[in-house]
Amino acid sequence: MTETLLEVENLAIRFRTHGGEAAAVSDVSFRLGRGETLAMVGESGSGKSVTSLALMRLLPKAPQCTVSGSIRLRGKDGGMFDVLSLPEERMRAVRGNNLAMVFQEPMTSLNPVQTIGAQITETIRLHRPMTRRAAEDEAARLLDLVGIPSARQRLSAYPHHLSGGMRQRAMIAMALSCEPSVLIADEPTTALDVTIQAQILDLLRRLQEQTGMAVIFITHNLGVVAEIADRVMVMYAGRVVEQAAVLPLFEQPLMPYTQGLLRSVPRLDLAGRRTGALPAIRGNVPDPRYPPAGCAFHPRCDFFIGGRCDSQAPALDITPDDRQVRCLRWREIAA
Amino acid sequence: MNAILEVESLRKWFPVGGGLFGRGQKQVKALDGVSFSVNKGEILSVVGESGSGKTTLGRVVLRLTEPTGGAIRFEGQDITGLSRRALRPLRRRMQLVFQDPFASLNPRMSVARIVATPLMVQGGVGRAERRERVAEMLELVGLQPHHAERYPHELSGGQRQRVGIARALAMNPSFLVADEPVSALDVSIQAQVVNLLLELKEKLGLTILFIAHDLAVVGHISDRIAVMYLGRMVEVAEAGALFRSPRHPYTEALFSAAPIPDPRLRRSRIILQGDIPSPLNPPSGCAFRTRCRYALPACAEAVPPLREVTPGHFTACIRDDIALQASVSTP
Repeated sequence: MTETLLEVENLAIRFRTHGGEAAAVSDVSFRLGRGETLAMVGESGSGKSVTSLALMRLLPKAPQCTVSGSIRLRGKDGGMFDVLSLPEERMRAVRGNNLAMVFQEPMTSLNPVQTIGAQITETIRLHRPMTRRAAEDEAARLLDLVGIPSARQRLSAYPHHLSGGMRQRAMIAMALSCEPSVLIADEPTTALDVTIQAQILDLLRRLQEQTGMAVIFITHNLGVVAEIADRVMVMYAGRVVEQAAVLPLFEQPLMPYTQGLLRSVPRLDLAGRRTGALPAIRGNVPDPRYPPAGCAFHPRCDFFIGGRCDSQAPALDITPDDRQVRCLRWREIAA
Repeated sequence: MNAILEVESLRKWFPVGGGLFGRGQKQVKALDGVSFSVNKGEILSVVGESGSGKTTLGRVVLRLTEPTGGAIRFEGQDITGLSRRALRPLRRRMQLVFQDPFASLNPRMSVARIVATPLMVQGGVGRAERRERVAEMLELVGLQPHHAERYPHELSGGQRQRVGIARALAMNPSFLVADEPVSALDVSIQAQVVNLLLELKEKLGLTILFIAHDLAVVGHISDRIAVMYLGRMVEVAEAGALFRSPRHPYTEALFSAAPIPDPRLRRSRIILQGDIPSPLNPPSGCAFRTRCRYALPACAEAVPPLREVTPGHFTACIRDDIALQASVSTP
């Protein structure tokens, strides 16, 4: 196993709302090795984005939001440190330096009234002692690295001068500026066309090979997961419901929710054949404020057994081949 | 041919910039000579990158946006020059389902009112009959009777899209334009809505112009597919043929970029360089030539026409001498 860069244990996130406390995420644990890509898959309200914001410590402070558990990150000196107990001042240095994030909508996460160059050089100079001139050279190098043509001239471009794909490249350049060991990419290609998505995925893969950084890739697109992930973590209603390496997960999903998700995506190899109705998962994604009792997936599950699934909350089981699954009946279902 | 919609040389140019009296004004050619027809009872999908003109196409054929030139015939009648008043009775035959079920429903109206609104606008339907029709529509799209009294914010995304579809069907249309109807929905809900559209097509004999970018969904739902690039159609064919034997290099590249949910199939993709060119200043000749790996000098000279290469398979590429890569192999 590769060197661990990030270790999350029993992460729980609660929000205070008008109707009382709501658990957005509970009992999330995972580790991330050097050069590894972990895909976090889930639908709206599954807790994937909140988890990533907790890693960056970008959630509102208590009492609106309480975060418990532990998040340990490897520092550039080689030792592990606890992210949650870090004073805010130190945390500011960690963001960008050790842990960086790329968001879904590059237009809303770039400053529209500042040039791309100014935004990247600002980031660089916050973290590294550098003259303005040297930082500009570095920014141009980064834009070139992420495949922006005539990078030097683009430094003086404003975000609205760039296309969606180019903006996302600029965001990635900014995130990479301090050589973070872990990059969190929250739906980085969801707003882009497939042709541009293919470019960005290819870019991330190349950068990862060069730098050995680990990537947490948040997405709901199973095609993208199959494309880039080493390991997959499936989330549902704020909990990890399955975690496995990408091949076994696609070949033999254990949790009924994962099975349903994989079945409900139309298969390209059957395109144009009259194959009838897609095997859809029935029902709706639960409202995070009112999660169903027992297993949160039970109202939509084909394997539901009354008196069991709706009363007993399943624990996260570890399978003999070191996968994780949260289902009371996974052994029977797999058999 | 039993075409329900026939479109000929359709153009939609949007003027941009320019000074007083339009001097120096440029034209964005969102649609630049599009001809196609939709047969009764089929689902024709339109795919392409953002900026290809597919949304404009959906709006222009419904006359929600005025075309700059060309002709639109709906159920045999030329509707290109019809006045608003003359269009009105036709509107009930052609409806639109929007992409965003959050933005396209009035938050201050109950579901019953939303679905009843087209009936009220068109008139001639009494209150009791309206209520009956609403109940019928809700049942048709898989909603419960109690949903009629709900407001949009009380519904999930999938339920809202069902309301949008119920509203479109209230007037009993024969033709539906569905503009990205599933792309704002969660993955597990997309399949439900795709199934619903297919079911309604069968049950009601609907004809659907389906505008989308998710190629897996398009491959599942379509009878035929039209591929657009920079305001023009570059390939039109039966769905299976397009996936198995594409005839335009853009189709080849677009379909190759679609990620397949099978980690054993990490393919060697064709990664197109750069972005779709600016529609303000499109390349001469074939607009795709700047990103095409098969481009020849001749491609810059004239706009290649869409021509039939095998029965029912149209392409706008002059190179018949190349064998393109299929995006899927035959199972």
